[in-house]
Amino acid sequence: MTEIIIVLVKIIFAMMWFLVLTLYLTWAERKESAVMQDRVGANRANIMGVRILGLFQPLADAIKMFFKEDFTPPFSKRFLHNLAPFISFFFSLVTVATIPFGDVLRIGGKTIRLQILDLNIAILFVFAMLSLTIYGVVISGWASNSRWTLLGGLRGAAQLISYEVALGLSLIGLVMVFPTLKFSAFVEYQGGLLFGWLPKWGIFLQPLGFLIFFIAAMAESERVPFDLPEGESEIVGFFTEYGGLKWGLYMFTDFMKLLLISCLLTTFFFGGYHLPWLYADGFHFPWGGTWLLPHGIVVLFQVLAFNLKVFFFCWMQILIRWTYPRFRYDQLMDFGWKLLIPLSLFNIIATAVILKILG
Amino acid sequence: MTEIFLVFLIYGLLGVIMVLVNKILGPKKTNPVKLKPFECGSPYLQDRIYPVPIKYYLVAFLFLLFDVEVVYFFPWALVFRELGTAGVVFMSVYVALLALGFVYAWKKGAFQWEG
Repeated sequence: MTEIIIVLVKIIFAMMWFLVLTLYLTWAERKESAVMQDRVGANRANIMGVRILGLFQPLADAIKMFFKEDFTPPFSKRFLHNLAPFISFFFSLVTVATIPFGDVLRIGGKTIRLQILDLNIAILFVFAMLSLTIYGVVISGWASNSRWTLLGGLRGAAQLISYEVALGLSLIGLVMVFPTLKFSAFVEYQGGLLFGWLPKWGIFLQPLGFLIFFIAAMAESERVPFDLPEGESEIVGFFTEYGGLKWGLYMFTDFMKLLLISCLLTTFFFGGYHLPWLYADGFHFPWGGTWLLPHGIVVLFQVLAFNLKVFFFCWMQILIRWTYPRFRYDQLMDFGWKLLIPLSLFNIIATAVILKILG
Repeated sequence: MTEIFLVFLIYGLLGVIMVLVNKILGPKKTNPVKLKPFECGSPYLQDRIYPVPIKYYLVAFLFLLFDVEVVYFFPWALVFRELGTAGVVFMSVYVALLALGFVYAWKKGAFQWEG
């Protein structure tokens, strides 16, 4: 019984973490773009006249969304039209269950892993769930029964499946270096040291794989420079016929994917919850010093380190989004098929050869 | 097993509840223009989808092929260290065949997007 309660608490905690951060990513995006364009950004929302940098804006947006009309156009395919945003939202949200937020936490003789699902095939699970989100895009384009949404849906399908291949191939090299598909084991492998001082993070062992994964994952999240399926500035887009919270779910899914990609990048390539030289009993510096810490503090450091890395990648992706213009469609497809896929195949062979030479 | 079930149940319920709350709270006002397809103000020309040429069906086929290849890579990468040199050689042959097919598709114009 206590096991079930622990799992429930973990599920609720992960959900709150994910949803609140996603909400505040909208604020971060608006503020960061404002700073880059020399504007003030959202700052009007207030509670009793208290504004604090517009921090209440995401809350106001969320509440507003609930009071919008839930509109299904009469010419649409009703059931599919209602189902599509739910598919996108659900399969993005489920993926967060596999992310390890920290190592084990020991309370009162119980050992709690700070991760909901420690699957043996976590990588394949995540890929499967991310692939299923494509259905949300395609179905909404089809079910809205309008020319523009159909075009958006087709574009989305072509783009997402193109980059899906590169996304999968880019991780093969990483699996060769750390022979596991389990996220917790991935992170544990990255806890070691290279040459006695450099943290053994995926980025140092698979720089090319990291680059390909990052680009392909950004294409999967459908944001500028890869935002052709939705095209915020034009009418072609798979959710042109949506309104109210169902539109909100699509917008939310966008930011959820941004956050998810940051989590995956952290887990695969940046050591997950590891701080350099922090072990289960405290810091052991390569120059010989030690700083022993109690268990609770170590877990706190781990969770904070994980969060910091995730924030860094969120910031990075927002920066990229507001820096680059949109791709033209043929450039986008060329980039995926003619550059990323050959490069990732090369990465696999190069990794195999180097690993064999090193023994 | 219970964990996966709970995750799917709770996260699924969250989405359903959000949409339902919106259905209850939202207003129900309608007018003739709202019921028509969204065309950015210009009068709409057609109210349903006519058959359109789907240019990217070839991409979908290639995706199926390559994604299956990706799945074959994973077990090989997992036991890579135990396989020895033979593992590298066999996989090189496999990747070469894959690359051959890729080049063939390329030369045949599967990645020709314009025109």
